[in-house]
Amino acid sequence: MAADTASLINWSLLALEPPGWGGVLLAGLLNSIKIAIGGYSLGLILGTGGAFGKLYGGPVLKDLLEVYTTLVRAVPELVLILLLYYAGTDLLNQLMTAIGYGPVDISGLAAGIFVIGIVQGAYSTEVLRGAIKAVPAGQIEAARAFGMSPGQIMRRVTLPAMLPHAIPGLSNLWLISTKDTALLAVVGFSELTLVTRQAAGSTKAYLLFFCAAGALYLALTLVSNVIIRLIEARARRGMAAPA
Amino acid sequence: MMSDDNTIGAMALTELPDRKGFLKPHRIILMAIAAVLVFCAAWFMRWDWLPEYGWRLAQGVGVTLLMLFSTCILGFLFAVPLGLVQVTGPWPLKMLARGFCTIIRGTPLLLQLWLLYYGLGSLFPQFPAIRQSFLWPYLREAWPYGVAALTMSFAAYEGEVMRGAFAGVPAGELEAGRAYGMSRWTVFRRIWLPRAIHRALPTLNGETVLQLKATPLVATITVIDVYAVVSKIRQMTYLTYEPLLLLALIYLCLTAILVVAFRALENKIPTRGA
Repeated sequence: MAADTASLINWSLLALEPPGWGGVLLAGLLNSIKIAIGGYSLGLILGTGGAFGKLYGGPVLKDLLEVYTTLVRAVPELVLILLLYYAGTDLLNQLMTAIGYGPVDISGLAAGIFVIGIVQGAYSTEVLRGAIKAVPAGQIEAARAFGMSPGQIMRRVTLPAMLPHAIPGLSNLWLISTKDTALLAVVGFSELTLVTRQAAGSTKAYLLFFCAAGALYLALTLVSNVIIRLIEARARRGMAAPA
Repeated sequence: MMSDDNTIGAMALTELPDRKGFLKPHRIILMAIAAVLVFCAAWFMRWDWLPEYGWRLAQGVGVTLLMLFSTCILGFLFAVPLGLVQVTGPWPLKMLARGFCTIIRGTPLLLQLWLLYYGLGSLFPQFPAIRQSFLWPYLREAWPYGVAALTMSFAAYEGEVMRGAFAGVPAGELEAGRAYGMSRWTVFRRIWLPRAIHRALPTLNGETVLQLKATPLVATITVIDVYAVVSKIRQMTYLTYEPLLLLALIYLCLTAILVVAFRALENKIPTRGA
């Protein structure tokens, strides 16, 4: 049995140089992290705009944002990613053709960031809206009474005051965006999950590679958790410990 | 994490729009625009394949719902001990349960699914004992792996919720049960578990919708759910958007039905002060 397990696990397959697949896996992880960071940032920008629009916008804007967040929250990410991937690249190509540039080659990275960003945008809209609503109305009214413009109120009062309320939700969203990148494997972008499957398929060492990729994802999550805890401690400084 | 409830609400639809005061002037115009869009979609896009594949789509929806409910029920049965052990169990079990939750929650579901299907699926045939057992006809199919992965995922996420729910039941209620002379098991059965489930109910809605959003992943391991049927239609008809739009609509309807059903359920259970 000992010889059997030794032949089952062939560690040299994980070597960094080409006969091993370690380097390919790490490159996939890097791609995943790039998309997660890009998509998360795009989502934060969309989410901040969406949250302010949902709270302070006109009736039409409010309704349109409601439709956006409802759709994204009710339809599976996988379906959204397929729809946005095809529709987004198609629309951009038609636009470029209409302008006269001819069809362009859209990098998988940009498309991935775009689709993850749209999905994350809806989630962070909801998280940030809840956080902004937790800011006492008196603080915002006081800022208005001081004669600050809406932009100043947002920059000086609303955003800093809502941050401690938003960080737990936003950190959950970061973890979700790192895991959502795996869905891009279905549209053929070579992030960690897809390269793992390719490596496993060509070496037939399925368990080894999927466990290795799982360890990489887990390490990403655990490292993120440590950083999140540091950020949370800093954002909550001077406040009473949560009950 | 402290605001899991908020995050679930941000990711899964848990409330339908308010019906009161719905008809405002600008909404009528918006609805007219939406109606024009729907009409354009129906008129200019190709839908002639619909009758041909209608029955298969219905079967796909059935498979999706079967996956959803079986894994939610199974997962919840696992989640109760997972949460309980983390609150009151001996430390080896506590560490084990926490480790399970961390690993499942820290890796993508798609990876877990492929690990089970390709990994274990390629390992099992090497053992003659398994090949000769009565389980083998099932282990050669794809759906047991899908059910296993979705169940584990639901158990891990809901186990975390149940941990908070068990820990949040006031100690005085449990002590009162003990003072009445109830055994530990009776206290658990009559007080702790029902109170914990009651506390976990609002998040259960969101978790179930999230689980519905996770089910299409099983199509990647050849389970023929509604997503797989639509992928098949796209291959047969060379259409890009129409089947996907229909699929989004189907999931939208399923989510709405789930939300309405949970609302009805919650209204049936009396809650003090609500």
